[in-house]
Amino acid sequence: MAAGGGGELQLLGCWYSPYAIRARVALGLKGLSYEYIEEDLFSKSDLLLRSNPVHRKVPVLIHGGRPVCESLVVVQYVDDAWAAPPHLLPADAHARATARFWAAYIDDKFFQPWRALFRSTTDEQRAEAFKDVLPQVEVLEQAFMECSQGKAFFGGNAIGLVDIALGGFLAWFKAVDQVSGTCLLDEARFPGLAAWAERFMGVDAVRDAMPDDRRLLEHYRGFLAKLASPAAPAGYSS
Amino acid sequence: MSEAAVRVIGLWASPYVIRVLIALKLKGVEYEFVEEVVGKKSELLLRSNPVHKKIPVLLHHGKPVSESLVIVQYIDEVWSSSSSGGAPAAAILPADPYTRAVHRFWAQYADDKVPSAVRILKGTDAGDKEQAAGQLAAALQLLEQAFVELSHGKRYFGGDSVAYLDIALVSHVGWVKAVEKIAGVALLDKAKVPNLVAWADRLCAHPAVADAIPDADKFVEYSVKYGSFSKPINGPAK
Repeated sequence: MAAGGGGELQLLGCWYSPYAIRARVALGLKGLSYEYIEEDLFSKSDLLLRSNPVHRKVPVLIHGGRPVCESLVVVQYVDDAWAAPPHLLPADAHARATARFWAAYIDDKFFQPWRALFRSTTDEQRAEAFKDVLPQVEVLEQAFMECSQGKAFFGGNAIGLVDIALGGFLAWFKAVDQVSGTCLLDEARFPGLAAWAERFMGVDAVRDAMPDDRRLLEHYRGFLAKLASPAAPAGYSS
Repeated sequence: MSEAAVRVIGLWASPYVIRVLIALKLKGVEYEFVEEVVGKKSELLLRSNPVHKKIPVLLHHGKPVSESLVIVQYIDEVWSSSSSGGAPAAAILPADPYTRAVHRFWAQYADDKVPSAVRILKGTDAGDKEQAAGQLAAALQLLEQAFVELSHGKRYFGGDSVAYLDIALVSHVGWVKAVEKIAGVALLDKAKVPNLVAWADRLCAHPAVADAIPDADKFVEYSVKYGSFSKPINGPAK
């Protein structure tokens, strides 16, 4: 495993944060060794507060003492700083623009409706939120067809930026599906994405970054219980 | 009549469009500006950006690229040296991966903080104007610090040359100056953010920027006439 050229690598993360998972997948794909520091998001370390004073969020990648924040900035940094393959972005400028476009879509357009589903505490809310997120999933299904061009991933033969951006959420999709009795990436409706998800989860670097399903489900149920209770705190920042 | 190789679909007053025009001008790329009619999206726009139906869109030999910062990166990658055979156009994205990551971080920050506050201050969106002004002032304070760190005593966020963060942030200056007048607040305040004020004046006088960012009064006029970029004014501003 190649050590980070130009200094030590540390990743401040949280086992259930989809954004931290993105960073771990990228580091894993590049074969980089790093010190992983688990953060308690309800009791943030001095290191986190010092390294990301603006947002105080994970993930933060610290390379040779210098912090990089924001998950997709981290992923692109990893790709830029370690130029050896695998390349997380394609070589062609238009293809790169397309990848960046879809990564932005996932965070700007897909996330909010999905978050509403994730935060639903009643069946009614769930049904409504599920209906609202489906059009975004349909768009992503089409994006998959456009980007993959018949290959395994959004990035083609190998995992790329868009795979990582969306893939970071897969464990959460499963947890939400289990609680709500839904199937977000339904094989019948979204065959491309359904097959992609299985392939993505089968990659070593991905498996290593993903939380344990049962642990996440338990965590999610706990989160929903807190949300539903009258004394609910502000909740997650994500 | 053959189509221009490079076309930009947009509205002059959109900061997202402004940044694309600046990037093209910096690279010395000739382009055709296809101006939209406020409140009525053209067939060309709807066809070229079916996902968001928003400006700007860059059409390069007819192929669309959407999302302003994605477009700026695309321009930087495609026109990595001057096409006219003169001195190569300076790179927009910093060469050093870490500096690049810092530019990306702050560009995202600027887009998260500035437009939403501007919309409240000019009355397009409902909200507490004092709070919005305070938040925007705080954001500018952080950007002031970022400027000091990144410029190393030189002219721009990119040092000697106009770089990614320069372009991303200066594109908001027209509207920031406009809402200073509309809402009667000091934002680009020499007493509070002296480096940013000097940088803004300097960069707005740059040949690649001067034509793209008209006087603040023009933005004020636009606001009175249209309310916002895509919606015609419905009634008196709050």
